[in-house]
Amino acid sequence: MEIIQKLFANELIVSILLSLLPLVFIIAYALVVLYTEMKVAAHIQDRVAYMRTGWHGLLQPIADMLKLLQKEDIIPDKADKLLFRLAPIIAFVGTYAAYAVLPFSSIYIGSNINLGAFFLVAVGSLVVVGILMAGWASNNKWSLFGGVRSAAQMISYEIPTAIAIIIVVMITGSLNLQDVTKFQDGGIGNWVVFGGPSPWLQKLMLMPFTIITFFILFVSSIAEVNRTPFDLPEAESELVQGFNTEYSGMRFAMFYLSEYANLFTVSAVGIALFLGGWSSPFGTFMSGPVWGIFWFVAKAYIFVLVQIWVRWTLPRLRVDQLMYVSWKVLTPWLFVCLLSVGLILVL
Amino acid sequence: MDLYTIIFYIFALITLGAACIVVFSRNIVRAAFALLFAFFGVAGIYVFLLADFIAITQLLIYVGGILVLILFGVMLTSHQIHVDAKTGTVQTLPAVMIVAALAGTLIGIFWSTNWNVNPQLEIMDKTAPQIGELLLTKYLLPFEIASVVLLVALIGAAMIARREKKPKD
Repeated sequence: MEIIQKLFANELIVSILLSLLPLVFIIAYALVVLYTEMKVAAHIQDRVAYMRTGWHGLLQPIADMLKLLQKEDIIPDKADKLLFRLAPIIAFVGTYAAYAVLPFSSIYIGSNINLGAFFLVAVGSLVVVGILMAGWASNNKWSLFGGVRSAAQMISYEIPTAIAIIIVVMITGSLNLQDVTKFQDGGIGNWVVFGGPSPWLQKLMLMPFTIITFFILFVSSIAEVNRTPFDLPEAESELVQGFNTEYSGMRFAMFYLSEYANLFTVSAVGIALFLGGWSSPFGTFMSGPVWGIFWFVAKAYIFVLVQIWVRWTLPRLRVDQLMYVSWKVLTPWLFVCLLSVGLILVL
Repeated sequence: MDLYTIIFYIFALITLGAACIVVFSRNIVRAAFALLFAFFGVAGIYVFLLADFIAITQLLIYVGGILVLILFGVMLTSHQIHVDAKTGTVQTLPAVMIVAALAGTLIGIFWSTNWNVNPQLEIMDKTAPQIGELLLTKYLLPFEIASVVLLVALIGAAMIARREKKPKD
């Protein structure tokens, strides 16, 4: 960061450049994940997927991206054109805003604000509005149903996510994601999922509850990014493509990018809160600012892989089952965890 | 003009422009979506007043909760998008009185408050713990009353939404 500040003396240029860094990351990461998703899906279904563009189809994501850029941008005649154009932008802004508080390394975090975890929960609501806007502006029944379903689902699952974050905040005593990560520094045993760096008795008592909380956060984060088994908003057998049925070309690509960027965000939040973020699992071995970026991206990538694996393995839930899981299973269990963790911490 | 001033004017422009669309647009869905930008701009201005917690709460409650609720309401009545707004004047005297009282209060607050127009990130350090402490000590009673009111609203909503299953003959 200091190098950039020295190169360009102007404060404005430096802030713009620094805020563009995650965008570069998202685009590079989206290409990798696009390839991973197709390959993993294919091998789970006993296929081979791309083989012809480059070695084992390695260049296929780039070809796909070029194709999307060149496609005609179709806006339906009866659509609300202003809102139709605006919707993908708002969805992507909501996604991108979350990257401002992700602690990529001990020296790089977009904005080291004290309410990072709270901010993450709040900006997720911008994505909901973007999806609702897309669903309504398309003037299409499938889109509208997809948008409304998606909003109901994301709002329902925001509650388990928020409570899980509260539990971590109770243990670490901070909403600042950088502080939460520093709290867990010093090896795998200090991670919050294993009770954090507390005395061994307290740790042992905390561990069952933190593991349950982590699992629930993982489930609800899959639901928040609208992926199978919770992909009702774009259930292709019922709704064609859901809220983005009418979108094509670059605008569709923005929704697509936003979905994959969101996938990384929820994984990054999970690892920053529970699995030590950028800190090395081996204590001081292989730790440092540069290794920090490696660990952060590697841990998050493993999570993305698990989400892809889940997507191509499990069938889709029904609408009522979806609400049942959120309100009658995840939320009550989290209340149990919340009370127990509070009690243990007071003891 | 420094960077902060420019950003402040951008946020102010977003808020006012969006608010004008909310008031003047004939299309009720566009008005509802314009509220998003108004809320967003107000959240930005809260940050300039060193109220970071309030700013994020504004986003969470108003954009994530109330705006989505309004949108659901509007979308379920999608056949009446273009509302013919009444433009006649009725109840002039009470309206003038209420508007005068509201404007007086707002202007009074505007003049009497010591606005912090110079954002310093160092002061913004511990706003959330301080708010939490005050809520559980000095302002405990209003806090509890608000939570009871919300609980009553929740039970009421559940009562209205619940549909009794009619026993089969």
